Amino acid sequence: MVTTVKTARISKAAAIARTRKTAWSVCVYALLLVGAAFSLLPLYWLARSSLMSMSQIFRLPPIWIPSPPRWSNYTKAFSVVPFGRYYLNSGLIVLGTVSGTVITSSLCAYAFARLRWKGRDTIFACLIASMMLPFAVTMIPLFVGWSRLGFSNTYVPLILPAWFGGGAYNIFLLRQFYMTIPRELDESAFVDGAGYFTIYTRILMPLTRPALIVVGIFAFMGSWNDFLGPLIYLSSSSKYTVSLGLRMFQGMYNAEWHLMMAASAAALLPVIVVYFIGQRYFIEGIALTGIKG
Amino acid sequence: MQAGIAALPKRGSLIRARENRAGWLLAAPAILGFLLFVLGPMIASLWYSFTNLSISGKWSFVGLANYQNMFSGVDIYFYHALGVTAQYVAMSVPLKIAYAFLLAMLLNQPVRGKSIFRTIFYLPTIVPGVAISMIWMWLLNPDLGLVNELLRAAGLPVSKWIYAKESVIPSLSFMSIWTTGTITVVFLAGLQDIPRHLYEATSLDGGGAWSRFRHVTVPLMTPTIFFNLCTTLIGSFQVFAEAYIMTGGGPDNASLFYVFYLYREAFTYTRMGSACAIAWVLFMIIMAVTVLVFKTSDRWVFYEGGR
Repeated sequence: MVTTVKTARISKAAAIARTRKTAWSVCVYALLLVGAAFSLLPLYWLARSSLMSMSQIFRLPPIWIPSPPRWSNYTKAFSVVPFGRYYLNSGLIVLGTVSGTVITSSLCAYAFARLRWKGRDTIFACLIASMMLPFAVTMIPLFVGWSRLGFSNTYVPLILPAWFGGGAYNIFLLRQFYMTIPRELDESAFVDGAGYFTIYTRILMPLTRPALIVVGIFAFMGSWNDFLGPLIYLSSSSKYTVSLGLRMFQGMYNAEWHLMMAASAAALLPVIVVYFIGQRYFIEGIALTGIKG
Repeated sequence: MQAGIAALPKRGSLIRARENRAGWLLAAPAILGFLLFVLGPMIASLWYSFTNLSISGKWSFVGLANYQNMFSGVDIYFYHALGVTAQYVAMSVPLKIAYAFLLAMLLNQPVRGKSIFRTIFYLPTIVPGVAISMIWMWLLNPDLGLVNELLRAAGLPVSKWIYAKESVIPSLSFMSIWTTGTITVVFLAGLQDIPRHLYEATSLDGGGAWSRFRHVTVPLMTPTIFFNLCTTLIGSFQVFAEAYIMTGGGPDNASLFYVFYLYREAFTYTRMGSACAIAWVLFMIIMAVTVLVFKTSDRWVFYEGGR
């Protein structure tokens, strides 16, 4: 008798705990879905609006699914402004920036993570401190300097700095990665007579490929998405990047939302592709900066 | 035998000299980059701020005149831009941190499709600034935008969003939580680092979900919150592209952010010297705020293993 009451009570308690757990996870999923909707809806609205005609876009209540999708908005957007050209320009800048960043930031990070040299820690501290410096402080002297050297309205000011260490953030990130690789590996190679550069190319570089990919993606995004840099340096419209072209497009066609959305979607596509290819490495890379920060 | 022992330290110091040389050589790009693109321009900028350098290159020394113009109110936009930016920082930073923390907490629950949600939450952060501005201009369009349409459908009052003086800064702050992916990912990494046994210990002591959150999660997350707070603060003070593209600083200068004000001074009015003074004041403000956050951190940031 007593035992049956007890088991009944226990099973009742278990049932309460179960419903509570279910209620909790329903809450969690509901909030996650709301968050996901908030992240995705603007992007969906962009895609949706980019495939509609002007009259469809102005209809109320709004149409959710464009039918038939008007792909011609894209060809129209690309023909009224030379976006093809801007893609090439941005591509060129991105290529120069990404290669410079990956090569020099990894070499420098190797020096900071592995080699012992005088002044290393002081210089590293300076680099880290420089991350706090607002771009606005150096912007004007850099502009003045590049102009004096005759490099305004060229891509040099946008690409060349990437070949000087690729930014403190990337050096910091790669240094963190290098520290996780056992030192014995390069020491044994050193005993075998390998030089520092060989150790870097033969041992560390192959082992840290994921980290290099992360830095490459960061550099890609930074360069493709940069607005202020090209805005300051590039004056002739044939040299514009995709971001600047989009901005110019907005100035010319600011009421034609369907074309503006098509142009924006086209500007967004390359970063989305790169993100989905590299997102596994990418998110781990960001996480790593925070843990040690 | 004797020779061997004597040779050892010498060989060691040779290696050390070689390593020293290699270190400097390999780090040379970063060192040069720091000198050429950070330290040099910093000094130049400070010097320019005491001149009336114009975009044509003409200049003369003016002492503290640029700073006097700003602080005395001769330049009527300085305090205004500062106020606008402060308002934006005060609204967007807590919003971003709170929203990112909530998302990270949700992602840290035992849910299916965690990596899909994480990918989705991060997605807006990769969108180019110009495209973000375009998308939100369209969404917040008072007559045809989706946001007002949804509000109308729900029977709620609509707003003019970025097109009215009173609502432009709140609108831009709200918009800023859309791109909170980096903060979320950093928070999530922090949450995943909290040792499980601490939660179990709290449960054994009879603590419920709230006390686990209050006494384990929050204290152990304070270093991560601190990190995110610093980076978000520094970033928010420098907001530019959104205002430049979406509002042009308007309506009626209501969204004249500090960096936009600086940009205008330098490239519209071509007053480089005065723009440098504006930049240095921003730098000092950011430094002061960061130092303040650091100072208070003793009181609320919890370091495992003490300090």
